[in-house]
Amino acid sequence: MNALPVQVTRLLRSGRPAGSSLPIWLTFAGTFAVAAVVVGIGGGRFVTVANLQNIAQRSVALGLVTVGQALVVLAGSLDLSVAYVVSVAALTASLVMAGDPARMALGVGAALLAGALAGLVNGLVITGLRVNAFIATLGVAYILRGAINAAFDNFAGAVPDQFQVLGYDVVAGVPVSLLLLGGVVAGAWYLMHRTRFGYHVYAVGGDAEAARLSGVRPHRVLVGVHVLSGLCAATSGVFLASRLGAGAPWVGPDGGYDLESIAAVVLGGTALAGGKGRLLGPLAAVAILAVLDSVFNFFQADPFLRTLVRGLVIVGAVALYGLRGAGERS
Amino acid sequence: MSGLVEARPRPGLRRLAAVPPIWLVLAALLVVVVWRDPTFAQPASLLAFLKRCAPLLVLALGQLFVIVGGEFDLSVGALVTACVVIAARLGDGDPGRTWWVVAVLAVFGALVGLTNGLVTTLLRVPSFITTLGSMLVLNGAVFLWTGGAPTGALADNLRVLGRSGMTGVPVVGQLPWAVPVLVVVVTGATLLLHHTRFGDQVFAVGGGPRAAMLSGVDVWRIRTATFVLSGLSAVLAGILLAGFAGLSADAGSGYEFQAITAVVLAGAVLGGGRGTTVATVGGVLTLQALFILLNLLGFAKPLRDSAEGVLVIAAGAYTAYRARRSG
Repeated sequence: MNALPVQVTRLLRSGRPAGSSLPIWLTFAGTFAVAAVVVGIGGGRFVTVANLQNIAQRSVALGLVTVGQALVVLAGSLDLSVAYVVSVAALTASLVMAGDPARMALGVGAALLAGALAGLVNGLVITGLRVNAFIATLGVAYILRGAINAAFDNFAGAVPDQFQVLGYDVVAGVPVSLLLLGGVVAGAWYLMHRTRFGYHVYAVGGDAEAARLSGVRPHRVLVGVHVLSGLCAATSGVFLASRLGAGAPWVGPDGGYDLESIAAVVLGGTALAGGKGRLLGPLAAVAILAVLDSVFNFFQADPFLRTLVRGLVIVGAVALYGLRGAGERS
Repeated sequence: MSGLVEARPRPGLRRLAAVPPIWLVLAALLVVVVWRDPTFAQPASLLAFLKRCAPLLVLALGQLFVIVGGEFDLSVGALVTACVVIAARLGDGDPGRTWWVVAVLAVFGALVGLTNGLVTTLLRVPSFITTLGSMLVLNGAVFLWTGGAPTGALADNLRVLGRSGMTGVPVVGQLPWAVPVLVVVVTGATLLLHHTRFGDQVFAVGGGPRAAMLSGVDVWRIRTATFVLSGLSAVLAGILLAGFAGLSADAGSGYEFQAITAVVLAGAVLGGGRGTTVATVGGVLTLQALFILLNLLGFAKPLRDSAEGVLVIAAGAYTAYRARRSG
């Protein structure tokens, strides 16, 4: 018990939590190289601007959600509501904009507000009512699912054509949406690795009680990360609305963003128990999944085979971490 | 801790206090349901209600073992779907094949549970990820095998268990087969979890794996066994659901979260060490009674989800509140 606060203080002072996301980026590079060779043997070209842009676009929606999920998991919590927050935000943006270019900012603002509110509710239920994060966010997910499915059964509202720039346009070879993801990641990275709040997140995730004894307020930190996760999911919803031209109740759950974002966070080397891992690792995992998707697309593989391989990759990779961790301990 | 409290005398009062609160919620819900629809109180309606609850009840009891042991099983919904689809494909509507189809399903369910258990305990993968992975693998593999849509047909004698009943029973007329099945399953699960050495070990492992290990419990064996039980419960739930609802590609989808919800409603704690079979039965019945009530009150079907969400948060909050108050 005594040793833990010391560890937290060290963490607060050193400014660099243990670990690095480099191995996962190397894995990404390896996967990318293998994918290029395999597609090359299959008679196609993998490294083309169009394909790279395609991979980037695929990474954006899951990537945005994963940034928020990573913050939540680093703080030792979990967010199962993100998929429905994505839908709520997409619907809000598209209904508020209603095809009117003058209302774009208003629509984005309303969607982000909805996401932040959902996150706030998650955070308050977890900290105020002391409900387990799994149950709290599952409950909020059910509430949102019921509400949007009762209110909508198809695409609703519309985003103006100008807003679809976000989903489709490319500036100097880089998709606009990738710039959005880059911006969100940069913000989150700065927050996690250069501010007091970030250190507090690691401290609370490592040991909430020890963090509290060292003067951190775990409840504020938890509410904070859940609001940020809501905001990230809402950003993803806004992106999807721009991509699809309107919001629909199924855009979030059909993407499987809840479980996939948690899988990406864990694949990226972040411990589900919290406190351990870097923010960029999960993003590398998202990129790896997008590369796999692109290879499956090239060979027009059965979507069920894709699901199967995804399951094996997720469990296999996490098992490797477990074995490596066991090796280091002994 | 709770053992000390329970050792005190005054059995009468203690027994009253020991009624799981979820049964009081259930009683209140049933009173409102009967008030809105008096025909619900007839024996036949009540038995039909039990029949409807049967698949989820079996699944929730399996999940209870895993949760008390400190883990999750997210793969059961996909496993239920897999069982229904496999039964249709292998049996192809031929009643003569039913027995070996059931045997194949039982072995399959046990193997899935065994894999979940071994990957979680020996490879140290968090059960959330392990069972999420097996959910993806099952969903992918089953439909890859059947070519995207379920094929074949379910034999009539396979569907008997979930669909028909004994006729000519006094008082109630027809007794659905699901009811005696439930009696056997609930009794078996209660004996196994609360009255055997194995059950005690499950609680010990969930309450504190390290303490359990130091007192000589094989943690990995006990946890793996809970996953096998959960896999087997999914097979039985699949057979009941095949009878009740028939063949479909999303037969079991969403059932994993419903089972976890029911177990949480029953006051079990995620993380392990707490939960009872009797309360879990109450949790499942409450969830289904709530759905019936919402239907009677004319709410749109999707709002069931919202009500379920409010209920599970309330149950989680109540359990947390009681845990704080007691210690």
